[in-house]
Amino acid sequence: MCQVDEDYRGEVERAAVPSVSKKCVKCKEAPAALVIRAGDAYCRLCFKDFFVHKFKAVLGKNRIIFPGEKVLLAVSGGPSSCSMLRQVQEGLSQKANKKLRFVPGIAYIDEGAAIGQSVEERQRTVAELQAVFQATGFPFYILPLEQVLDLPASVVATNPSPSEQPASAYKAAVGHFVETDGSNNFPTPQEPKKMLLPHVQESHTLQQLLGSVKTLTAREELLNTLRQHLLVHTARTEGYSKLMLGDSCTRLAVKLLTSISLGRGAQLAQDTGFSDSRYGDIILVRPMRDYSAKEIAYYNHLFTVPSVVIPSVDTKTVDKASIQRLTESFVTKLQADFPSTVSTIYRTSEKLQSACMKWSGAERCDRCLLCLCSLDTAVEEPSAFQATLLSDQLSGSKCLRGSAAETLRPNPGRPESPAPTGQCCSSAGGRDCGRPGSDGGCCSSAKLPETTRLKSLLCYSCALTIRDMSTVNHLPQYILSEAQRRQRRSQMREEISEFLLDDGDEGN
Amino acid sequence: MPVQCSSCSEKRAVLKRPKTGHSLCKECFFWTFEEEIHQTIVSAKLFKPGESVGIAASGGKDSTVLAHVMKVLNERYNYGLELMLLSVDEGITGYRDDSLETVKRNQQQYELPLKIVSYEELYGWTMDAIVKQVGLKNNCTFCGVFRRQALDRGAIMLKVGKICTGHNADDVAETVLMNVLRGDIARLRRCTAISTDSENEGVVPRCKPLKYAYEKEIVLYAYFKKLDYFSTECIYSPNAYRGYARTYLKDLESVRPSSIMDVIHSGENLSVREGVKMPVQGTCSRCGYISSQKLCKACVLLEGLNRGLPKLGIGKHHRFHDKILSQQPLTEEEERKLKAVDF
Repeated sequence: MCQVDEDYRGEVERAAVPSVSKKCVKCKEAPAALVIRAGDAYCRLCFKDFFVHKFKAVLGKNRIIFPGEKVLLAVSGGPSSCSMLRQVQEGLSQKANKKLRFVPGIAYIDEGAAIGQSVEERQRTVAELQAVFQATGFPFYILPLEQVLDLPASVVATNPSPSEQPASAYKAAVGHFVETDGSNNFPTPQEPKKMLLPHVQESHTLQQLLGSVKTLTAREELLNTLRQHLLVHTARTEGYSKLMLGDSCTRLAVKLLTSISLGRGAQLAQDTGFSDSRYGDIILVRPMRDYSAKEIAYYNHLFTVPSVVIPSVDTKTVDKASIQRLTESFVTKLQADFPSTVSTIYRTSEKLQSACMKWSGAERCDRCLLCLCSLDTAVEEPSAFQATLLSDQLSGSKCLRGSAAETLRPNPGRPESPAPTGQCCSSAGGRDCGRPGSDGGCCSSAKLPETTRLKSLLCYSCALTIRDMSTVNHLPQYILSEAQRRQRRSQMREEISEFLLDDGDEGN
Repeated sequence: MPVQCSSCSEKRAVLKRPKTGHSLCKECFFWTFEEEIHQTIVSAKLFKPGESVGIAASGGKDSTVLAHVMKVLNERYNYGLELMLLSVDEGITGYRDDSLETVKRNQQQYELPLKIVSYEELYGWTMDAIVKQVGLKNNCTFCGVFRRQALDRGAIMLKVGKICTGHNADDVAETVLMNVLRGDIARLRRCTAISTDSENEGVVPRCKPLKYAYEKEIVLYAYFKKLDYFSTECIYSPNAYRGYARTYLKDLESVRPSSIMDVIHSGENLSVREGVKMPVQGTCSRCGYISSQKLCKACVLLEGLNRGLPKLGIGKHHRFHDKILSQQPLTEEEERKLKAVDF
């Protein structure tokens, strides 16, 4: 009833309560083992068919994964990603009909330092997961999050996106694969790699970085970004061209609402869509996006899929601790009253596209430093972004009062030159800027000019994340050096802008 | 230690701004608030000099503040606008008749002409009578659809060139969230626009000058300026779906105050994939109002009310448009379904 234009025909009757003697609605023979949605009772085997079929259908429909390709599976240990792992395992096994045809690897990121776990706890968790991974026989990589501090700057440098491959290329690739009988590409079971324990100093640096973030919301966003960077880097170095993420439908519905609340409207299609090509050569794929969390839980229970419970930064926090947590509890509660909430939100996400695709030639858009999506901070009048800049200017800075109303806005909202005092008032959170006796700017001018310069390289929501940090100096070196490189380049460009004939971008 | 105003650094600060957290003195706050609205009007080119503008006044805080600020800015910056007040009487006893008194007071204070249109005279139904037939669940649909037409009809009677409503940032953000939750892609694309399209001759364009003003700041402004308004919730609203979006938004604001602007920013930057089916604008065959179907929603709702079928108009109803237009009676099965009312 919450969906617009919903038809009430036939749904006003109460769904019959399933009883023990109810038959499966599909095969109508075996007794039902579980109920998905109102009124759909399935037996074990039909449910398994349904579940497995969905996985293959979503991969086959989108035709993004080419046969013989190396695909890295990002497994967090949670139910969705372990279920995904099982699907890949079963899909590749020789006896499956229409078996999947790619070469998988597994990546797990150990975030123990972020949640403050001791070394023993981390080793215990890793050992559990290692056992699970070894049973699959795929090559796996256990990555401590501390490795993010050593990433090269190429991770955040913008790569030219690969040309769109026509549909015929897929068919040709399939044909070629079938001819050469790709069974020799099956991954050989690997020697278990000795897990490199991160140096204590590195863990400490990572904790310092996370400690410099004042709000849990920003901390979670930063962790997401760092996690993705690490995964993409691993995929690149180990030769994988696709990255599979295990986000379920429920998780993605929450992510959609969270993204809207964080100001990521322009990047929604990439954050929640099936494929995400922001990194250029590595494409992120979300094959579990059609499964609700409930279906995954049922499958894992019925077919004993092993998963490990690992706490995260927002485990056991109150609802209002962060925006992500708040949205999760909101959607879950709403789903209980209106069972079609998650699927409606999911369908909305299917109808969106990335804002940059409006213009031809994806290279033209500048990319955000952290999330690598196209910038949405072009100040067109009027817009919410311009209104926020204006508010900061008007209430943060001095001397704009009085009858000279016409001169009050010397630079109509240009992001490169905001009033410095205005900015530092806002970056200090606007608290108590008026100290007695200060007549020139409100804060000392040495207050973080870095933050201001960094913000011009970021999209709207990443700028909000940075604003919640007390200092940006703890960011990993690759981010800071790339920021400086981009600033130098744009300075160069400004100097010679009048002599450049072509407005085309030779690459930033 | 008294805190100084962060804008003028001279006077003592008396309030903290909900939008940015800055501490401001009274005068700086007034000035900042009014200036932001002025910049919204100027950058969006909402009005033309010499235009006559109808201010949709309900007597609540948004429209009271809107009327006040429009009058102030009109004089301060010489917009050259002719302002008028337009009010809609839905016929909700105990709620609307009280707020209409506020509007009449506003009229005298600001010396603006006032026109009141009522559901009774336009449609022959008051909201009280509608709720008796429809129940407490879907009545907001009726009120909203009828009010939109009522405003347009009133505007045509007043002969104004534009209507401005008091929708604030919280309202726009709630609408974005609500449309995502309901999967209404068409509305999602349009709801963040600051003014509606003005090509169609029969429809008066409307705009939202307060689009970037937080609700809390509007209340602060009214409080310090000692503006009087009527502040009760509509008695029929508690079960509206919008309530969920509103609670969520209020919680968001308490976690991060800039969330409201962030949601609006997201809404403005959403882009819809090509190939998604969108409704096409046409006109209603019965009353001539704009509509994307054969009959406009108000006509369908009215038809349902008059025939004693309150659910006609809620849910998919385009199948019935032909039958209604040709005055055919509906089958018994259809009638039974449409009559069911849940309290």
